[in-house]
Amino acid sequence: MAIDASGIKKVAHLARLSIDDNAVEATTATIGSILELVDRMQAVDTQGVEPLAHPLDAIQRLRPDIVTEENQREQLQSCAPAVEEGLFLVPRVIE
Amino acid sequence: MQWETVIGLEIHVQLATKTKIFSGASTAFGAAPNTQACAVDLGLPGILPVVNEEAINMAIKFGLGIDAEINKVNVFERKNYFYPDLPKGYQTTQLEKPIVGAGHVDITLTDGSTKRIRVHHAHLEEDAGKSLHEDFHGMSGIDLNRAGTPLIEIVTEPDIRNAEEAVAFAKKLHSIVTTLGICDGEMSQGSMRFDVNVSVRPKGQKELGTRTETKNLNSFKFMEAAIFKEVERQIELIEDGGTVIQETRLYNGDTGEARSMRSKEEANDYRYFPCPDLLPVIIDDSRLEKLKAEMPEMPDAKKARFITDFGLSDYDAEILSADQATAHYFEATVSVSDDAKLSANWIMGDLSKSLNQNGMSIPESPVSADMLGGLIKRIKDNTISGKIAKEVFEVLWQGECSTADEVIEKKGLKQVTDTGAIEAMIDEVLASNAQQVENYRAAPEDKRGKMIGFFVGQCMKASKGKANPGMVNQILKQKLDG
Repeated sequence: MAIDASGIKKVAHLARLSIDDNAVEATTATIGSILELVDRMQAVDTQGVEPLAHPLDAIQRLRPDIVTEENQREQLQSCAPAVEEGLFLVPRVIE
Repeated sequence: MQWETVIGLEIHVQLATKTKIFSGASTAFGAAPNTQACAVDLGLPGILPVVNEEAINMAIKFGLGIDAEINKVNVFERKNYFYPDLPKGYQTTQLEKPIVGAGHVDITLTDGSTKRIRVHHAHLEEDAGKSLHEDFHGMSGIDLNRAGTPLIEIVTEPDIRNAEEAVAFAKKLHSIVTTLGICDGEMSQGSMRFDVNVSVRPKGQKELGTRTETKNLNSFKFMEAAIFKEVERQIELIEDGGTVIQETRLYNGDTGEARSMRSKEEANDYRYFPCPDLLPVIIDDSRLEKLKAEMPEMPDAKKARFITDFGLSDYDAEILSADQATAHYFEATVSVSDDAKLSANWIMGDLSKSLNQNGMSIPESPVSADMLGGLIKRIKDNTISGKIAKEVFEVLWQGECSTADEVIEKKGLKQVTDTGAIEAMIDEVLASNAQQVENYRAAPEDKRGKMIGFFVGQCMKASKGKANPGMVNQILKQKLDG
């Protein structure tokens, strides 16, 4: 599973990470070597092995359906850069 | 060319839990912005989601309600994309191991036939927040109260062939989730939202055409209109030599216009992976058995019972069993009135008309099932006529009295069934309409049926509607035909 520079740029964009143009080559090589490792692992015969959803051998505890979190807006919005009428303000998004 | 439409639906149903799927914040509708969004819903660092047991139970109940396999091992995955109303940068959802496997829903069409629509699966996931695009100094406002509200997304097979079937399916689903009590069914509040996948193909062709998806339709009416519009657009496009491109579309219910949604850039690369914050949820047999025991009577079973036990027509039974509130109301009315057919007629007639005019639903009706049952009882035992009953109903609706008997007593509406009194009244009517009596007697037999209506009307008027119409008819006929 090889990856080239354009693949790296695409993945970086999807993850909203900025990579300097002059760092693209090095990143491609690093990620490429990780993918080589993945390729090697994929060569292992895993027929009949359940995919691992979580490394811990435990199951999820469930929570009763009871309201435990009351309004904390003031506190939670204290770190927001812009707030108005109780809303978080963000750069305009139009679909 | 003859075209065939192929439709598949994806339906988001908000579960009626008190709290979010992964946090203890309230899901109540209509709260001030961001007052029901806690640190978990906001995706702040250091948070850990914990699954709401009730959301799991409700999803299982849905599965049981559509005869589906329940997957015992449940894994939550992250669907990654960036949008301001999704503060974590991913939606926690299910992909490989959805909680509800393949099932089916049977729909009844207007011609009385039934059709089975297969459900591919239904999975649990969290809702996103809401973006408000009114101008906040050139910025958008974000309300995250809805973020983390539990949803089940129900995905059908492409078994639907036209808008009528799609609407019948949507209504049936509404009936199922409200009967199960897992959704409040409030479409106007977004409790059920439909995405419609539509494609067309020449009749007889096996391969499916290219489909488009129209998202976020929140009423049966809009869904129907959006389907009609999209089918028409695709056929015209192809017949004009064009090709349908796979895209997401938006339909505006207020303007009736549809447009292509600028696709989120590379939106289909969601890079799913199992959520490391959540362990697998295992559904054991004891939970399944307990939930099975709690299952209410489903709409199909209820409809069948209404037909056998109450002798209702298929049509009446379908309507009265469609939602829990109506079914309860009907059964409570019958238990008092002891007349299923009359009760059905009143509920689907005068009651639903009054409710519609006032924009009310059945639980809000000022005339309770007890009151309506009491009213119907008095029609049945001939205390009042059907016509007077409408008057009594109106008084009950206005809240002036609390029982039909009280209205009848207070307003003196008791039906006159005393033969002597009716005869005397008829004699008076005949005496003051001598000319009409002569005409009647001179008329041929086949014309008389119609002419007698005039005298019945006069008699009912003279009695202010209180004379028993059956008796008036009978005695009139005797006297006129002499």
